[in-house]
Amino acid sequence: MNNQLDQQNISHKLNQSLLQRLERLGRQLVEEKGRKLVLMEVCGTHTVAYARTGIADLISDYIDLRSGPGCPICVTHQKDLDMVFSLAGLENTLIVTFGDLLRVPGSYTTLEQEIARGGRVQICYSPQEAVETAAQNPATKVVFIAIGFETTAPAIAAAIKLAAHQQLTNFWVYPILKRVPPALKALLLSPIGLDGFILPGHVATVLGSKGFNFMKNHGYPSVVTGFDSLDLLWGLYNLLKMIEENRVDVSNAYSHVVKEEGNRQARLLIEECYAIEPVTRWRGLGLIPESGYTLQPAYSKFNACLHFAMDVPDTSTDPRCICGPVITGQSNPHQCPLFGRHCTPSTPVGPCMVSPEGACGAYYYYR
Amino acid sequence: MCLALPMVVSSIEKNSMAVAELMGVKRKISILLVPGVQAGDHVLVHAGTAIEIINHQEAEERNFYLKSMLEGSG
Amino acid sequence: MEKMSQDIIISSHGDGGLLTHQLMREIFIPFLDNEWLQEQGDAALLNLNGQKLAMSTDSFVVSPLFFKGGDIGKLAVCGTVNDLVVSGASPLWISAAFILPAGMNKSELKRVVQSMHTTANSLNLPVVTGDTKVVDSGDRNNLFINTTGIGLVQTDARFNTKYIQPGDVIIASGSMGDHGAAILAERLEFKGDNTPTSDCAPLTALFDKLKPFYADIRVMRDPTRGGLATTLIELAAAGNVDLFLEEGEIYIKPEVSAIADILGVDPYYLASEGRALIIVSASEANDIVKTLKTVPGAEDSSIIGSVRKVGGSVYLRTRLGGTRRLKMLSGKPLPRIC
Repeated sequence: MNNQLDQQNISHKLNQSLLQRLERLGRQLVEEKGRKLVLMEVCGTHTVAYARTGIADLISDYIDLRSGPGCPICVTHQKDLDMVFSLAGLENTLIVTFGDLLRVPGSYTTLEQEIARGGRVQICYSPQEAVETAAQNPATKVVFIAIGFETTAPAIAAAIKLAAHQQLTNFWVYPILKRVPPALKALLLSPIGLDGFILPGHVATVLGSKGFNFMKNHGYPSVVTGFDSLDLLWGLYNLLKMIEENRVDVSNAYSHVVKEEGNRQARLLIEECYAIEPVTRWRGLGLIPESGYTLQPAYSKFNACLHFAMDVPDTSTDPRCICGPVITGQSNPHQCPLFGRHCTPSTPVGPCMVSPEGACGAYYYYR
Repeated sequence: MCLALPMVVSSIEKNSMAVAELMGVKRKISILLVPGVQAGDHVLVHAGTAIEIINHQEAEERNFYLKSMLEGSG
Repeated sequence: MEKMSQDIIISSHGDGGLLTHQLMREIFIPFLDNEWLQEQGDAALLNLNGQKLAMSTDSFVVSPLFFKGGDIGKLAVCGTVNDLVVSGASPLWISAAFILPAGMNKSELKRVVQSMHTTANSLNLPVVTGDTKVVDSGDRNNLFINTTGIGLVQTDARFNTKYIQPGDVIIASGSMGDHGAAILAERLEFKGDNTPTSDCAPLTALFDKLKPFYADIRVMRDPTRGGLATTLIELAAAGNVDLFLEEGEIYIKPEVSAIADILGVDPYYLASEGRALIIVSASEANDIVKTLKTVPGAEDSSIIGSVRKVGGSVYLRTRLGGTRRLKMLSGKPLPRIC
């Protein structure tokens, strides 16, 4: 126990020293540029981490942190949500999902509302649980909602393989998985007034730091970093150093986890189970080529889209909702006319507000 | 988009599963993505799945480097 | 969203946070508003010919019924007892009403009732009246229990949010979020010797020990549904004061932290069922903490923050020294991957 306490104290001291260094560098750069640095944290988990540790507050004099499109819930198109939710009302069907999706509003309903209307939904921590549920309840149709990015895709692929191995005939996956690099590339097509990027450490764990080398071609320094206080600070420090030195690179500040080549086994599994869709619709970013996964033909018997007929009314979104500009770092949640008034965590209009990880949710809860 | 925690593998089970532990709390996880993992390894766990083996030594080295960098030039 | 049906009750209405409060305002308060309910305390304070009594009611719907550190029976007694205690009253009588699901195992029911008996007995608290009903529909594991308790308000124990003033100090009688974490661990199949244990326990001994300090205690609360954060946010709003907490001083056990981190839930919103949050005058704070530490179960008592000024919000100073505001959560803490 003492060892843990010692470790915590050492970490704390390190964090404090690093924070001081960061502040010195940050203020120096502000003076040089005549303005605050504007950085994008691509990943929603980073948004929360920077806010919860208080770092976002501590750096606010010299760094303006913007949220990016790295919240799989926030970028799921309304139409996809509507289709998924329509499954909850089907007879003898159990939806299994990560908790993130429970309160997200579609055009007409949420999964939570569907439960209240008699729909069956199970919240899981791991996709394996969905397979277990299907195995234990052969008379029930179990549909797992496959949402997430490259971090989650391999884990879900592992579950699909497990279902295949067990020859389950009552298990399906509804794929709404997306790929981060194409979204970033789409973002970078227009000038965006950012000084640098904080890249998602766990997507990079799978893709490798090399998976983000394209950032160099666009002239933006970026850093791959992790999620504890030390990682968060060290990542920022690295990024500021690159900005100071006018160096455009993809720096790996999470090298004890992220290898340059990433996790090859995870990528092999992705290739085995998923095919890249020609084009995928993203909320806020529109249609992006080759940015989403569907199941490979070999696994098509597990594809819920091919098995279930989903008839949903026309999608609708509140035109005042600015989730799009928010997740592309162009607008601040506070600038949304609905923020805090019509759109709050208990009455969310757009998905960005639903969880503390969405850009608007994070602003509401932590800033 | 990616909550993942470092855990220690306490035992390898069949069917590409293992038991991993954090602060004495244990759970079954999938190790399909980390072939070659052994009991005692530190792994990064996301959605009940190990997505990478953590290079513990490199983490310590990084901390050591940071310490000397920060204590060195005041 | 206008299009979405707002006409049904959803699970999040039971979150103890934003949605519960909204439901209260929308449906209950318009019809049931009166001077006692307006106090919004954990118990109602009743005056009978000069004698001050407290009355509290609570329903228990926890699943699973049995968990590490307790069960629904023990919880049903402790929950109501603690609501009386934090309102300054010594519990005298308790009632117990059961809604039994058809299909429930009789042996399980026996275990639950036995546990209630053991807990109540240990407090010399008789279950003076009760009721049982059986429902046919639904999950046969869904046992619901309601307990209502009456206690005698102790002299000098005038606990009310209106007495909170800037300069006061906030004390927690131990670690936070243990019960909530224990339930999550159980539901999501975490194993091992060190999984979180519910802190479910009566606060009567703690209350008795604090007798010399009643006059210095402004208000007490037990941070149950919604956790430490929700409870303090409610207190801040009711007392019109700004509360400042120190992250480094709030004790979260390592195994609770582990479960919370893995599942992506915030331990500040996880329930405790055997802890008290006490706002006291600064001058007596250290002595109160010292006294609390002698009470079994409250050895980890500590000062976790202070009342800064008039306001109505709760702020947290993180370990790194940054400040953030604690907000009421919408919906129950759920496992996330993001």
